[in-house]
Amino acid sequence: MGYQYTIWIVILPFLAFVINGLGSEKLPTKISGWIATLAIGISTFLSYETAFQYFTSPSGEKIIAFKTIWLRFNDTLHIDIGILLDPISVMMLVVITTVSLMVFIYSQGYMKNEGGYDRYFSFLSLFSFSMLGLVVATNLFQMYMFWELVGISSYLLIGFYYDKPSVVAASKKAFIVTRFADMGFLIGILMISYSTGTFDFEILTKPEGLSFSTTSTFLGFSTITWALLLVFMGGAGKSAMFPLHIWLPDAMEGPTPVSALIHAATMVVAGVFLIARLFPLYSAFAPHALGVVAFIGAFTTLFAAVIACTQFDIKRILAFSTISQIGYMVLALGVSGYGGEAALGYTASLFHLFTHAFFKALLFLGAGAIIHAVHTNDIREMGGLSKHQPFTHILFLIACLTIAGIPPFAGFFSKDEILAAVLTTHPIYFGIAVLVAGLTAFYMFRLYFIVFWGKARNYDHSPHEVPAIMLIPMILLALGSMFTGFIPFGQFISSDGQPLVGHINWPVAISSVVFALSGIGVAWKFYMKESSASDNMAKAFGSMYTSATKKFYIDEIYILVTKGVIFQMISKPLAWFDRNVIDAFMNLLATKTNWTSMQIKEFQSGQLQKYAFIFISGVLIIVLSFIYATR
Amino acid sequence: MVEQVPLNHALIITTLMFFIGVYGFLTRKNLITMLISVEIMLNAVNLNFVFFDNYLFPGKLEGHFFSIFIIAIAAAEAAVAIAIFISLYRNIRSIDVEEANTMKH
Repeated sequence: MGYQYTIWIVILPFLAFVINGLGSEKLPTKISGWIATLAIGISTFLSYETAFQYFTSPSGEKIIAFKTIWLRFNDTLHIDIGILLDPISVMMLVVITTVSLMVFIYSQGYMKNEGGYDRYFSFLSLFSFSMLGLVVATNLFQMYMFWELVGISSYLLIGFYYDKPSVVAASKKAFIVTRFADMGFLIGILMISYSTGTFDFEILTKPEGLSFSTTSTFLGFSTITWALLLVFMGGAGKSAMFPLHIWLPDAMEGPTPVSALIHAATMVVAGVFLIARLFPLYSAFAPHALGVVAFIGAFTTLFAAVIACTQFDIKRILAFSTISQIGYMVLALGVSGYGGEAALGYTASLFHLFTHAFFKALLFLGAGAIIHAVHTNDIREMGGLSKHQPFTHILFLIACLTIAGIPPFAGFFSKDEILAAVLTTHPIYFGIAVLVAGLTAFYMFRLYFIVFWGKARNYDHSPHEVPAIMLIPMILLALGSMFTGFIPFGQFISSDGQPLVGHINWPVAISSVVFALSGIGVAWKFYMKESSASDNMAKAFGSMYTSATKKFYIDEIYILVTKGVIFQMISKPLAWFDRNVIDAFMNLLATKTNWTSMQIKEFQSGQLQKYAFIFISGVLIIVLSFIYATR
Repeated sequence: MVEQVPLNHALIITTLMFFIGVYGFLTRKNLITMLISVEIMLNAVNLNFVFFDNYLFPGKLEGHFFSIFIIAIAAAEAAVAIAIFISLYRNIRSIDVEEANTMKH
């Protein structure tokens, strides 16, 4: 049986986008949500069907379900559009459609009383379409196009409440920062395709058939290393890796379900997916680039975890937690080898991507439920919510336990695989990763204890449990968080297509659980009851704590570099030159012409006889001068 | 055989007529008078054609035909010019050339 129907997985959300986008005037408002949800629902069903069909058939081959030439320049240079099914793209299809469907359903409750309901759903459908198109891309260029579409829909959704200045600033920031990173991606694509002559993943992911000169060409790295580093720059921008992470915390200005879908579960892991997609290239030709990937991943995971411990905005804590968890995935990819046991990192990274999508989406939807109830983002104004929101409380607790890596929840299994993979290659990174496991547990339970226990605050009105339409998606995601860990992931997804038998590395598992439990214990001690312990702790760390609260001043450094250096040193002199030299020359020409014409306009008197006089005088002068000259 | 008028005389009289016409065209303010001045210039040209034809190609009629053409065209031109004067008069209640100055800068 063929896979032709997979095209509909991608097209249906696009149709929903078109219908909602164009028909919003004519359709009743509430129907747009149902159209979008129905479209993504069918996509979800088809994705499950595809996954079932693909993974039950024995071959782990790449299948081209659909392919057409979109732009033909000549016989060798053409850009295709198609659908590529292989283990990771099928896995991503399942993740994206599942989380999208949950978020679409949840949004119907969450956005019920918001203006722009139909606009919201059409953008959300556009996002799903772009993300699905991205993961099934058959070639780098198609991926790049959908990559940009994802970027623009993210921009549109972050800026959903566009009448607030901070929202506009946040959406612009997200767009500009990721766009800057995408510039690297594009250059990388061009370099890769220039040296291989193809965009096609089928050829690019079979490194045996390719050859690159690995001699160093520029600053001690070979061309392919540079190309893959630039591609990683694009991935780092989308996945919010240090130092391009600055847009993600601000992106939390968007509606919370959007944060759950785009900035937690799907779009931000596009960078991980990109590296995984090109992993054979990285591993065969650019071990240095992989080293950089691992370093950035390790640094980011620690960096973001430390910041997350000091924040007070519930969504920003989750945002930094997302950055930290994606750092884990990137780290695991960076330390992975190709094929066999050494490729555990690859499987672990994608496994963590898979489980992270469920529990992080659940955390965000839970945060949305909390915000929906108390109308604030600041956790200092929350407390004692377990009484008011019993269901949300339980679901949030499940998500927290999952992200903290407590068995038997899914996070435990994927995190354990990552830690095991890191341990065998880089002991230092292993130390960081285990420390971060402890920090993760600490900051998540800090959030949990402050919000659900602690001292009850006086709310303007009693916080209420959210309606069923918001609870049901959360329950389904919680089931996902609890049970996806038991999937034998290595059977399905590995770097070289051969099944990889995963087994729990007990020393690693025990150490990570011990760290996680101690993190939870510290959080319980500090925040279960109102206590001064945490403040004393903050004082003990002094300036370190302050700088972590300020996100280590990275935003300020960016401002300094852009405003202070680029604007002041480069743009201003250029603007001065443009205004005072180039424009001034043109203005001079214009004013002089104008002045001259003002001087001679008196000739235009409207007196016929004056004109005739001048004309006849002219004729006479010419005639006389001819006569004089011929003499 | 009648004594021919010497060409010098003819040229003097046509030149005089032409510049009288020019002078009238440049100094008179009444458009009708200006039109008459133009007719004088045209007739000077006509005379020139006739004299030169007679002087250079005696017995042939090309110059005479030119004169007849010019007379016909002058008549048409006068008709058009007077039509313009009438419509000008309807607009500005005057046929003074200095009043018709709306086309200035």
